[in-house]
Amino acid sequence: MDDLRVPTGFLFSLLGIILLVHAVVNPAARAPMDANINVNLWCGLVLLVFGGILLWLSRRAKS
Amino acid sequence: MTISPIDYVILAIYFAFVLGIGWLAKQRISTSEDFLTSGHSVPVWITSLAFIAANLGAQEMIGMCASGAKYGLMTCQFYWLGAVPAMVFVGLFMMPFYYGSKARSVPEYLKLRFDEKTRGLNAITFAVMTIFSSGISMYALGLLFELVLGWSFTNSVLLSAAIVLIYTLLGGLTSAIYNEVVQFFLIILGFAPLSILAVERAGGWKGMSAHLQPVMLHTWKYLGHSSENPMGVEAFSMIFGLGFVLSFGYWCTNFLVIQRAMAAKTFEGARQTPLIAAFPKIFMPFVVIFPGIAAVALMSMSSGYSLPLKASGGYDYDQALTTLMSQFYPSGMLGIGLTALMASFMSGMAGNVTAFNTVFTYDLYQSYMRRNAPDSHYLAVGRVTTVLGVLLSVGTAYLATAFNNIMDFLQLVFGFVNGPLFATFLLGMFWKRTTGHGAFWGYLSGLTAAGLTLGLTVAEGKGGWIAPVHQFPSSMAQNFWIALIAWSACFFVTILISLATKPKPASELTNLVYGHTEMPPAANVPWFQRPVPLAVIVLALLVVMNVIFW
Repeated sequence: MDDLRVPTGFLFSLLGIILLVHAVVNPAARAPMDANINVNLWCGLVLLVFGGILLWLSRRAKS
Repeated sequence: MTISPIDYVILAIYFAFVLGIGWLAKQRISTSEDFLTSGHSVPVWITSLAFIAANLGAQEMIGMCASGAKYGLMTCQFYWLGAVPAMVFVGLFMMPFYYGSKARSVPEYLKLRFDEKTRGLNAITFAVMTIFSSGISMYALGLLFELVLGWSFTNSVLLSAAIVLIYTLLGGLTSAIYNEVVQFFLIILGFAPLSILAVERAGGWKGMSAHLQPVMLHTWKYLGHSSENPMGVEAFSMIFGLGFVLSFGYWCTNFLVIQRAMAAKTFEGARQTPLIAAFPKIFMPFVVIFPGIAAVALMSMSSGYSLPLKASGGYDYDQALTTLMSQFYPSGMLGIGLTALMASFMSGMAGNVTAFNTVFTYDLYQSYMRRNAPDSHYLAVGRVTTVLGVLLSVGTAYLATAFNNIMDFLQLVFGFVNGPLFATFLLGMFWKRTTGHGAFWGYLSGLTAAGLTLGLTVAEGKGGWIAPVHQFPSSMAQNFWIALIAWSACFFVTILISLATKPKPASELTNLVYGHTEMPPAANVPWFQRPVPLAVIVLALLVVMNVIFW
């Protein structure tokens, strides 16, 4: 395997997108104590950004 | 806790991914060393994260959160007094001998440094211990999933075991290590939001201080006497029992973690592995311990959250993590949280299985059963042992359902098995006069001393099967003292017998002992990546943490 960052980056981006879509399509999906924070939205964003960083790091290392 | 289809989808994606990594890692395997030791080929950032992840089993996650709820911030001592200094020590002082000796396992180092019998003793205790630990953690997870999610015990045990089996069988240690890195990221990204949400809801540090007893928010302040803190421990046994013996024993001699560092590409990388791993380790308490502390604060502020009760009365702290998840995570993120829990379980189990197959193949099979077979034979044995390891773990998990008390007892024993071994390594690596007889009988005396102390003391109704001579305020205190006594017994007996027996000639100690090991010239890396500066930075950070949260 060449670079673990690539598959891992795709995994976290995918998970992030799933959460984001879920947050937008089902805004009613809330936890009992979430204090009016859309947890899926924020966490999805973090996962997507993290996945993106891994992919970017791997591209940067190649060039 | 209700789980939605989307949570299952996330779990399924993760399972598919894990198997995919196994399949990718498979391409690199042609010899037994590729399969069992990764053939010294893994980049250092990967070995570093795997180094911590192999230890971050589900029991660690659930247990640390539970301890946070039960003992408060003092639980951080396991990280800031225990693990991190030990990781610095193993990177600076012990990796040169492990890596430099070209040993393929910790028992094999003992064979090179001492003799066959010391290796045999260590290999057998280690093999038995890994199987039981892996089975016990499988049992704990199966129970938890049954309790919280309503999954059947058999299904969750068999499914997770099958997945671990497939990916370790496909890609061996490389696949286990690569997956551990992903598991590490998942654990952080899956649990850190929970910690933030729970602490925020409890009113941050201020709110927690207002609702908790002061003893819950200090690491050192209440260690003057064992009666001052819920752990029932005083500073001396904390520093020497946990900090020195138990933590150094675990991180410096347990092949499960050492194996990750040994897989590094270079000598420099092997030394950097535990040092780089120490950085995230310092911050782990914020992810794993703080949610437990916040849980207790939430209970005392009538927020609607409460810990479930045990059938026997008292709070069931082990459910702190999962109940918090059900309160703070909506469907979707809940899937990520459960996946992280599953990931931590699989990384712990794969760690045990990959360490077991290496020790079994090289230190037991190749040494005592069939010595000069072609490598392809040992590769096959390694694969069969992987299957065997998983089957034995599953068997142990089922055994645990029937003999709960025995498993409790075994867990107690495993807690201090590595303690005396640390004395053996310390003397072996830094005192060239140490002999094989000294090491063997010293180690055995250490184990015997541990058993005797357990037999003569009682704490929380445990131990005292010979005669209850002394009562400890808590099993934690008992555990720390047993470790200390076992270590001392091993240390002194090893010295005495070594002085009375014939040492190995200096020519046979090259690369095995301090003073007889040539350090390769410093690799061409920037100063901040060299071991000593890294260690200094880690220790400085550690001091800061201890001062802030004293």
